[in-house]
Amino acid sequence: MSKVVTDVICPFCGTLCDDIEVVVSDDGKKIEDVYNACAIGAEKFLHAQAPDRVKRPRMQQPDGSYKEVSYDEAVEYTAQMLYKAKKPLMYGWSSTSCEAQSIGHEIAEKVGAVVDNTATVCHGTTLIAVQDVGIPSCTLGEIKNRADRIIFWGCNPCHAHPRHQSRYSVFPRGFFTNKGHTNRKVIVVDPRVTDTAKLADYHYQVEQGRDYELLSAFRVALRNEPLPEVVAGIPREKIIEGAEVMKSGRFGIIFFGMGVTQSLSKNHNIDNAISLTKDLNEFTKFSIMAMRGHYNVTGSGQVLGWQFGFPFSVDLSRGFARYNPGETSSNDLLVRGEVDAVFVIGSDPGAHFPISSVKQIAKLPSVCVDPHITPTTEISKLHVPVAFVGVEVAGNCYRMDNVPIEARKVVDPPEGVLTDVEFLTRVNARLDELMAGGK
Amino acid sequence: MAEYIIKNGFVFDPVQGIKGDKADIAVKDGKIVKSTEVSSKAKVIDASGKTVMAGAVEIHAHIAGPKVNEGRNYRPEDKLFQYRPKKGSVRMAGGFSIPTTFKTGYEYARMGYTTAMEAAMPPLYARHVHEEIRDTPIIDEGAYPVFGNNWFVLEYLKNREIENTAAYISWLLQASKGYAVKLVNPGGTEAWGWGLNCLTIDDPVPYFDITPREIVTGLIEANEYLGLPHSIHIHQNSLGNPGNYTVTLDTLRLAEGFKAKNKFGREQVMHSTHLQFHSYGGDSWANFESKSKEIMDYVNKQKNITVDTGCVTLDETTTMTADGPFEHHLTELNHLKWANVDVELETAAGVVPYIYSPDIKVCEIQWAIGLELALMAKDPMRCFITTDHPNAGPFTRYPRIFKWLMSEEARKKQIESFKHREKMIEATHIAGIDRELSLYEIAQMTRAGPAKALGLSHQYGGLAPGMDADIAIYDLNPEKPHKPEDIEKAFSAAAFVMKTGVPVVVDGEVVNNGNKRTIWVKAKVNENPQVMRDIRDKFLKYYSVTQANYDVSSHFVPNPHVIEVDATH
Repeated sequence: MSKVVTDVICPFCGTLCDDIEVVVSDDGKKIEDVYNACAIGAEKFLHAQAPDRVKRPRMQQPDGSYKEVSYDEAVEYTAQMLYKAKKPLMYGWSSTSCEAQSIGHEIAEKVGAVVDNTATVCHGTTLIAVQDVGIPSCTLGEIKNRADRIIFWGCNPCHAHPRHQSRYSVFPRGFFTNKGHTNRKVIVVDPRVTDTAKLADYHYQVEQGRDYELLSAFRVALRNEPLPEVVAGIPREKIIEGAEVMKSGRFGIIFFGMGVTQSLSKNHNIDNAISLTKDLNEFTKFSIMAMRGHYNVTGSGQVLGWQFGFPFSVDLSRGFARYNPGETSSNDLLVRGEVDAVFVIGSDPGAHFPISSVKQIAKLPSVCVDPHITPTTEISKLHVPVAFVGVEVAGNCYRMDNVPIEARKVVDPPEGVLTDVEFLTRVNARLDELMAGGK
Repeated sequence: MAEYIIKNGFVFDPVQGIKGDKADIAVKDGKIVKSTEVSSKAKVIDASGKTVMAGAVEIHAHIAGPKVNEGRNYRPEDKLFQYRPKKGSVRMAGGFSIPTTFKTGYEYARMGYTTAMEAAMPPLYARHVHEEIRDTPIIDEGAYPVFGNNWFVLEYLKNREIENTAAYISWLLQASKGYAVKLVNPGGTEAWGWGLNCLTIDDPVPYFDITPREIVTGLIEANEYLGLPHSIHIHQNSLGNPGNYTVTLDTLRLAEGFKAKNKFGREQVMHSTHLQFHSYGGDSWANFESKSKEIMDYVNKQKNITVDTGCVTLDETTTMTADGPFEHHLTELNHLKWANVDVELETAAGVVPYIYSPDIKVCEIQWAIGLELALMAKDPMRCFITTDHPNAGPFTRYPRIFKWLMSEEARKKQIESFKHREKMIEATHIAGIDRELSLYEIAQMTRAGPAKALGLSHQYGGLAPGMDADIAIYDLNPEKPHKPEDIEKAFSAAAFVMKTGVPVVVDGEVVNNGNKRTIWVKAKVNENPQVMRDIRDKFLKYYSVTQANYDVSSHFVPNPHVIEVDATH
């Protein structure tokens, strides 16, 4: 007989769906099926059961091959590496629990590391814009219950956050929106005809990299000031019509993604988008929200915030926390050769950083803590496989609207495999010994 | 556990009525005991020439949770020149108006505070609040979940269903591990869901067909039905607006006729918080004036009300409140960055930086009002000193406020430095007040009073045998002449602080991360299938998380101190 575990959190994207049902074999060891999850989320659970999973740490040999080592050896290598390094980079944190992040920060404080998370190549620009102009936002339930104007700007939830629209933003029936999607008007701003754009009532096919101009044009249109005939490839009439749609709603929201955070103008785009939202609050109620990617990148920013006061790119190497993206952010440090060891957890810079940074990681002493084999594990000196957070171990996570939800444990990890928290706790303890003068 | 005896200090303890007499305080197993009960091995702490008080109790501050952290994350400038490096077991800590969790614990402890309450917890974010509380060292903490705009409460009270409201409060306190019933701009924050507000107690809440008046009285009734340790804790409507003192009086009058019913020694049925922001006269910023006298005349007469001051400290700070519409109003006023979060079915919050400048008339008047409230209080056991941290200023300025309250000379000096002193004097009463609060009154307003109002007088706020050994020793000799600055200096860095029997501060420096606890209230009520069904229904239809993922599990509260209430009738 199989049993069904309900109310499971999906540890894939920032939507953090918490209604997943997982069918587990009678002995509680094997996941048989996953209900309610999107294709990516289901695969996250099922993949944990892959027969070729790495179950012991692996040390890269001079010839590029891998040698299995014990967790004791892995702890020793990691602790020694961090202890000896003058300025190690401890990067990632977005696919692990807040509990693990917290122990990692304790380690970083001891060894004088730079702590950075995946926002550095994703919504870091958003965080910078928020530091400039603030952010009027809300929880996803507010969208479900109230919102009648939904704008997706530079994001494609159909593919990146597959259940976002059905759970929160377009289709659900809420308290004041009991007709579901027929209560709502959807605007998509994207240079491509994405599947999300195909769903929209209005698609603004903005010229690539011209988001700032279009945002400004909407702000001008709200004030009934004159506009040029065409802005960012969009005719004036369409811009005025869009502004009217926004103004005439009872409650609106702009969801935005990396199409605006990492295109030309970066944080200035977001600054302008937030300012548009603020302007709209003079006419009606409006919010704005970042479509966060990893399931706990938001949590990393939160824990860093309450422990050190900054959401990413936190440099602890001088004995107190410093924050200056561009100087204390991962790629800048790597490209300038300013770090002498790299510790990666819960992310894959090997796949997402510029090649110059990846080459630098490959040159340095490095550890990657990850259940999967990834491009990062392949260039790291040491690969430490761990249990999947949200599948094999519980832990707290923050959704894209900063709502914390505790991930659940569904099955046991393979025998002998440590969790992130266990591995970091052991490294932390070994560091205490090293610092007390032990060997 | 170690034994201690604190010898020869000048003791100020309102619980036992000790007004500066020399007395020894003995400590055993984390509690205060009679001097005869400790052995000869007890460690002696010499407090000769120093002031000894119980650890102070903070009744209202914003020190943990989503809006506090938004303040930290979106204000990197607040950390400038404010960092202290790691030292031994003490973590690195920084921030001024919104310090990191570590700094929050350390700075409270250094001032001799051993307990602090987070004044507004959005229940959906309770897990976040508790994660921060867990990472705040030394001080005992609790958090007040907000109820004044909660859809369950609005719907039950519309139908005058007090018992159902009480059952829901009991359920939510348990789910969120909360301490008390908080109301912030009752009705107005729900209205903010549509960009609207409720500015008087009779403005109807959109759709819900209920008024702030009905919400406040309903929650007083439900709170007393449950017999919770603390009364309702209310941030009133129309905060921060010229002329709002009439709304304040209207709200305070709602407590008339109610009597406190509880087993915790609490006498009030309403705690009205940061009263400074609610004591404004005039009808614009041009003729803005103090109405502290009108407000305190009423408070002094009504025994069933307690208040705290919300004193302005004249700093650059970060305002944050669940009063969403107010923060929008503020950003329109000062054009500084605005963060807002509307929380489904429950509440909202906003964050805006603010500079209380001694060169701005309105700020000068606000400064005066905060102090006037404390100086006009006839019963210091019912009026407590706060800054509504960080709204009117950071809590680290308490020693400066004590200085202003204890020294007319210090106040005069401050007034002299104001740019608009003549206009400010005209609009306030402060220049005509010569009262100087005594150390005993300070102990009442920061220790015994708040502990009693919180229903925690059996363990906090005093030095009687049986109470928790939370003790602060200040390098201030009440029998010797001292300058106003000496007061501020002594209270800024205590000579010695003990938290439940563990020395945590010595010579003004933190030496131990303490044994902090989280306090929450478990109120048992009769089974109520209707409320349970309503909760299930709302989670299925309107919340964005499932009911099973809403409760804060015990590992977020690793060292709980649960206060149990039996409200089965």
